Amino acid sequence: MLEFLSEPFALGFMRRALAGCLALSVAAPPLGVFLVLRRMSLMSDVLQHGVLPGIAFGAIFAGLSIWAMGLGGIIAGLAVAIIAGWLARRTGGKEDSQLAGMYLIALASGVAMISMQHGIDLTHLLFGNVLAVDNAALFAMAAVTTITLPVLSLIWRPLVLESLDPGFMAATGGRGGLWHLVFLTLVVLCVVSGFVALGTLMAVGLMMLPAIAARHWSGALSGQVRGAVLIACLSSLGGLIVSYHLDIPAGPAIVLVAGGFWLLSLVFGPHAGLWRQAIPEA
Amino acid sequence: MGAVTPIIFRNVELRQAGQVVLRELSGILAPGSLTAVVGPNGAGKTTLLRAIAGLHPVSVGAIDRAGLRARDVALLAQGSHLDRSFPVTCLDVIALAVPRVGLLRTVGRDSLAAAREALARVGLPGFERRPIQALSAGQFQRVLFARTIVQDASLILLDEPFTNVDAETTDVLLSVLAQWHAQGRTVVAVLHDLQMARRHFRQILCLQDARARWITDPPDHLQAA
Repeated sequence: MLEFLSEPFALGFMRRALAGCLALSVAAPPLGVFLVLRRMSLMSDVLQHGVLPGIAFGAIFAGLSIWAMGLGGIIAGLAVAIIAGWLARRTGGKEDSQLAGMYLIALASGVAMISMQHGIDLTHLLFGNVLAVDNAALFAMAAVTTITLPVLSLIWRPLVLESLDPGFMAATGGRGGLWHLVFLTLVVLCVVSGFVALGTLMAVGLMMLPAIAARHWSGALSGQVRGAVLIACLSSLGGLIVSYHLDIPAGPAIVLVAGGFWLLSLVFGPHAGLWRQAIPEA
Repeated sequence: MGAVTPIIFRNVELRQAGQVVLRELSGILAPGSLTAVVGPNGAGKTTLLRAIAGLHPVSVGAIDRAGLRARDVALLAQGSHLDRSFPVTCLDVIALAVPRVGLLRTVGRDSLAAAREALARVGLPGFERRPIQALSAGQFQRVLFARTIVQDASLILLDEPFTNVDAETTDVLLSVLAQWHAQGRTVVAVLHDLQMARRHFRQILCLQDARARWITDPPDHLQAA
């Protein structure tokens, strides 16, 4: 049993993937908790598809350089986030259909661009490839975590206030829009940094699923953040082991394990869990 | 608290979605005055409050707010847009409104003490760690009053603060209002209850059919209030 668990990490690339995913497991879930609380879950979908054309663009012009693809992804992600925010303001919050329209276009154009290049494996880009996690990719994941945590702690207070009571923030002269943009930038950074190991379509899973699961374990913001980080770390570890033994891409494996944690939380979690609701109050 | 300055209305016209809701309003909110705004639904009471706070444009005329900064104004919006499902405690909500924060946006010990004191003042001692989801409508309104207390504003604007609130809570909140008045702050409250306005307020601004009428020292006013 112990061998079953430790065998994958005898390999150097698996250790690198684990280190990178654990780094991302600390940075991404707190952002996911805010996305869930702000009812912006759909935004994460938009961003994960939105970065793809940028990554494809970078790959076309600079080959398989992680920096070129990463930069392209960040620029595309930010552009999509800003356009989505602008659409939301222009249409009075009924933006979900526009968001759906945007991410479908982004995904289709990204796939079209990549398909025209013969050197790039679309599956790897969409679903991740742990073999591709070289030192540069690992460094990118660690760097994003190193940036995300202190910035998030600095914007924590205005971000909570803007999520809790945007009207109050506006009335007291707070710059809600600025903090929101900084927050979305962190989200884009996390999604982009995870694409090598997890794939663009799966990187968001490590952000959202632990956050959704943690809601069932704590009624406090700090508790939800801690729970989400713990679940993400366990999902990364478990997902990589599953990925190794079943020979499936790392992204879907990690997301499936995180999804398992979510289903368990949904049923057995003390906060709004189905099990609790099924038992009549004594 | 910043300097308490008069608010002067000069022939003010306000529009809401292109429609004139209030015209030719002139008058003054003297420093330290206690004013009720009454009128039927759609008379522009909330719009006026937001215009005083500087959050709604004045289409004709001007509201002279002489040197008032955003942090000098506390607006307690009706049925506040606050997300009641957000996982924070009562103390968090109040501490988030503290005007002064440290270098790294930390809330100091003095400010936390002020937040606790404000909770006790509105009759909710020991509610610091209570999540806001668990509060009744009256308790929640008390927390919002406590938040308004720590804002330490010189101009306090309240939009229907006693709606959907039980009688006991109303009494507590009225005493907080009287305390603000005694401290020399300018207070404006939108009310739908004319009786309450007459009993507790020195000055009443009646809005109807886009017109404003001032009543000073209403006959029912109890000096003891």
